[in-house]
Amino acid sequence: MQQTQSENREINRPSSGGSGEGKPKPPRQPLSLTDLGLRVAGLAFVDGIAIWFALTLINNNNPIPAILILLVTAVINYIFLSNRLYPIRWLTPGLVLLLLMVIYPIGYNVYISLTNYSRGNALSREQVVTQLKEQTYQPANAITYSWTAYRSPDGQNYKVILVSADKSKAFIGDASGLKPTAIPATLPDTLDGYTRLTPFQAAAAGEALAKYNLKSGDLAIQFTSSTEAKEILSKYSYDAASGNLTDLETSTVYRPVRGTFTAPDGKTLTPGFVDVVGIENYTKAFTDPSITGPFIGVFIWTFIFAALTVFLTFWVGLLMALVLNDAQLPLRTMWRVILFIPYTIPGFITALIWAGLFSIGGPVGISSKSLFGEGFSWFADPNAAKTMLLFINLWLGYPYMMLICLGALQSIPTDMYEAATIDGASQFQKFWGLTLPLLLVSVGPLLIGSFAFNFNNFTIVQLVTAGGPANPTTTTPAGQTDILISYTYRLAFTSGDLAFAAAISLFIFAIIATITAFSFRFTKQLEEVLT
Amino acid sequence: MADVKVRSAPAAAKTGGATISGARRLNMVLKLVVAFFASLLALYPVVYVISASMNPTNTISDLIPANPTLANYSKLATDQNYPVLLWLFNSIKVSLLATVIGVFLTTIGAYAFSRFRFKGRRNGMLFILLIQLFPNTLALVSIYLLLLQIGDLIPWLGLNSHLGLILVYAGGSLGSGTWLMKGFFDTIPKDIDESGVVDGATGSQIFFFLLLPLLRPILAVMAILTFIGTYADFILARVLLTSKDNYTMAVGLSSLLGEGGANRASQWGLFAAGAVIGAVPVVVVFLFMQKQLVGGLTSGAVKG
Repeated sequence: MQQTQSENREINRPSSGGSGEGKPKPPRQPLSLTDLGLRVAGLAFVDGIAIWFALTLINNNNPIPAILILLVTAVINYIFLSNRLYPIRWLTPGLVLLLLMVIYPIGYNVYISLTNYSRGNALSREQVVTQLKEQTYQPANAITYSWTAYRSPDGQNYKVILVSADKSKAFIGDASGLKPTAIPATLPDTLDGYTRLTPFQAAAAGEALAKYNLKSGDLAIQFTSSTEAKEILSKYSYDAASGNLTDLETSTVYRPVRGTFTAPDGKTLTPGFVDVVGIENYTKAFTDPSITGPFIGVFIWTFIFAALTVFLTFWVGLLMALVLNDAQLPLRTMWRVILFIPYTIPGFITALIWAGLFSIGGPVGISSKSLFGEGFSWFADPNAAKTMLLFINLWLGYPYMMLICLGALQSIPTDMYEAATIDGASQFQKFWGLTLPLLLVSVGPLLIGSFAFNFNNFTIVQLVTAGGPANPTTTTPAGQTDILISYTYRLAFTSGDLAFAAAISLFIFAIIATITAFSFRFTKQLEEVLT
Repeated sequence: MADVKVRSAPAAAKTGGATISGARRLNMVLKLVVAFFASLLALYPVVYVISASMNPTNTISDLIPANPTLANYSKLATDQNYPVLLWLFNSIKVSLLATVIGVFLTTIGAYAFSRFRFKGRRNGMLFILLIQLFPNTLALVSIYLLLLQIGDLIPWLGLNSHLGLILVYAGGSLGSGTWLMKGFFDTIPKDIDESGVVDGATGSQIFFFLLLPLLRPILAVMAILTFIGTYADFILARVLLTSKDNYTMAVGLSSLLGEGGANRASQWGLFAAGAVIGAVPVVVVFLFMQKQLVGGLTSGAVKG
C-alpha cells in the first residue's frame, strides 16, 4: 500500500474557517432540503422498526433489552440530527451492527463463561420454579372420583359429574367451578341441555376440562384417565425471599446450590437453572484431572498443527515460487495456473474430497492398506490422522505462500544479487544470506496471520476427522486430532457444556490476541494506519 | 527439452564455460520435474472428483469410470432428498447479501476514519483493531444463544434463519474490513475532496460521486474476496442453520458425505457431483481474476 503524502493533511474546507487542528470540524454545508428529507425519512424508518421491536420485547416481559434498544435509537436520532456529530453519522450503521453481532456476543460470551450454562441448566430460575411448581402429588387422604362428561350443543363447553369412589360425594363441574350435588342413582343422558359423552369421546373433553382448573377446597382435580379423576396438590412451594423450594409431600427443603435445587441429603431436582459460578470454568481446565489431561493434549496439538502447517506451506510454497520465478522455465504460466488451483477450491470442498480419498474405500486408503497392512486406517490411528490433516492442509495452503513468495521474490532488487556475485557468493550463500532474510521481512507478518488462521481452522478438522479418533481415556469430548476451536464446538454442541466452551473460546482469544499484538510490534502497520 | 537447450544456450555463453551450462541445464530439468510432480499432485483430487461425479456406480475407487454418465448431476437436480441446487442458491444468497451489507458499512466507516478528524477517532480505530482480534467464530456459543433467544420473538431473524446468519457474517467482516478500506481511502489524495468542496459538494456527494468511482476496482476485489470467504464458511452455518432446506453448500455437502469417520463411500458419486457444482463458480472467478484478487489478498493480509 502506498501511503500518500497528503494523508496527514486536514481537509481545509473554505467555509469552516477558524477551527484549529485536531478539533472536530463540522462541514458547514448549505442546508439541503433533500438531504434533510432523506435523513428524516431514514430515521422514521429506523425508529419505526425499533419501536416495533421494543414493543414485542415488552409484550414478552423483556423490558431491559427494550429500554436498551430505545436508548440506542435515541442516540442514533441525535447523531443524525446534530451537525456537530457529522463524521459519526458515517460510522453509526457499522457501529450498530458491530454492537449487535460482535460486541454484545463477546460480552455475553464472557458472562456465559462465568455461569454454569449447560444442557441441564439452560433455563432461568423463574422458568425452573414455574416448571417445578406445575408438578403435583396425591395426598394420602385424597379422594378418587369417577367422571362423566357432557358437551354443549355447540361443542364449545363441557360439564362434568364427579362421583367419589365410595359414592359418598358428588359434584357438578363447569367453567365456573365445582358445585356439590346429590349423588345421582343413574347418570342422566342430558344435563342442562348438554349431551352425555361416551368414555371414547371423553379424551377431548378431558383436555378442555383440565383447563377449567377445577378445585375441591384447596385440592385440584386431575383427570387421570377417561373415567377416573383424582384430587391432587402442588408438590413444591417456592419462597422467593430465601430462594428455597419446599417439597410439600415430604417436607424436604431444597436449597439452590450453584444452579440446582439440592436437598440436605444431596438429592437434586431437574432441570437446574443458570447461575453465576465465577471463574470455575477457567480453573477447572487446569485443576480437574479428568479435563486437564485431554485439554493439555488438545492445546499442544493446536500449536503443533498451526506451526507445522505454516512451516510446511511456507517451505513448499517457497520451493514452488523459486521454480516459477525462473523466467526461462518452459510453460511457466501453465504451471503457475495449475499449482494455484488448490487455492481456488473452497476449503470445505477440498477437505471433504481428501477425506473421501483417504477413507477406507478411497484410493489412498486402499493403497495404504497394501503398504501398512490390512487393518490400517488413516482415521483410526492418531498419528496417521494427524499426518493426514497436515498433508491436506499443506495441499490447501501452499499456493497462498507460493503467490506471496513469488511477489516478494520479484520485489528483491537484482543489483543486490549482482553485488553478491561480485563478492563471490555461491548460489547457496545468496539464498540464505540474501533471499531468505529479505523474503521474511515482507512475508513475516503473513506467516503470523496464517498461524492465527490455522489456529482456528475448524473446517478442516471437523470435516476430515471430526476430531477423531476418540480418546478412550477421557470423558470430555476431546478427540485426538481436535484443536481448541473444534473442542469448543464439541463441548458446546455435543456435550452441551456451553459455559465451559465459552471459557475455552476466551482462552483462544487471549492466545490469538497475544500473538497478533506481538506481530504488531514488528511491523509499522499500526502507526501507519492510525495516522 | 529441446526448448530448454535453445533458451539456456545464450545464458551459458554469457557466463561462459561448459560446466555452468551443464549445471544450468540440470537446474532447469530439476525445476521441470518439481513443477511436473507438484502439478500432478495438485490436479489429482480435482480430476478424481470430476471423474467420480460421472461414475454411475457411486463408488470411490476407480479413476476412470467405465460408463461415464451425468446421472449424478440429474439426480441432484431433481431428487428432493439432495437439494444441492437449493443449497447453492442459499449459499449465494447469504454470501451476496452479507458481502453487500458488510462492504457498504465498511466503506462508509472507513471514509469517516480516513477523511474526518474527530474526537475519539484514534481510540475508535484501536477499538476496532481490538474487536478484529476476536473473530466471531470464537463467540460461537453466545451468537448461537443470542439467535436462539431472538428466534423466540422474531423467527425470521433467529436461529435457522438466513437473515440472522447474514447479519452475523456482515458484522464479522466489519473489523478487519474497516482497517483495510481506510488504507485504500488514504491512498486517494485529499485534493480530490477539496476540489469537490470548492464546487460546493456535500460530504455524501464527495463520497458517492468522487471517491467511490476511484475505489471501484479495489471495492470489487474486496467484495469478491469477502464473498468467497463467506461462501467457504462452515462453522457458523453449521451451528446456526438447522433445517436441511436452509443449509448452505458447506453444510449441505458435508451432510451428504458425513462428518468424520473412516467410511465415506456411500454417496461418493452424488457428493462428487455436488462438489463440482459447488466449486466451479468460485474456481472460475478466481482463475479469471487471478491478478487482481492476488493483489487484494496480499495487501489485505498485510493490513490485517
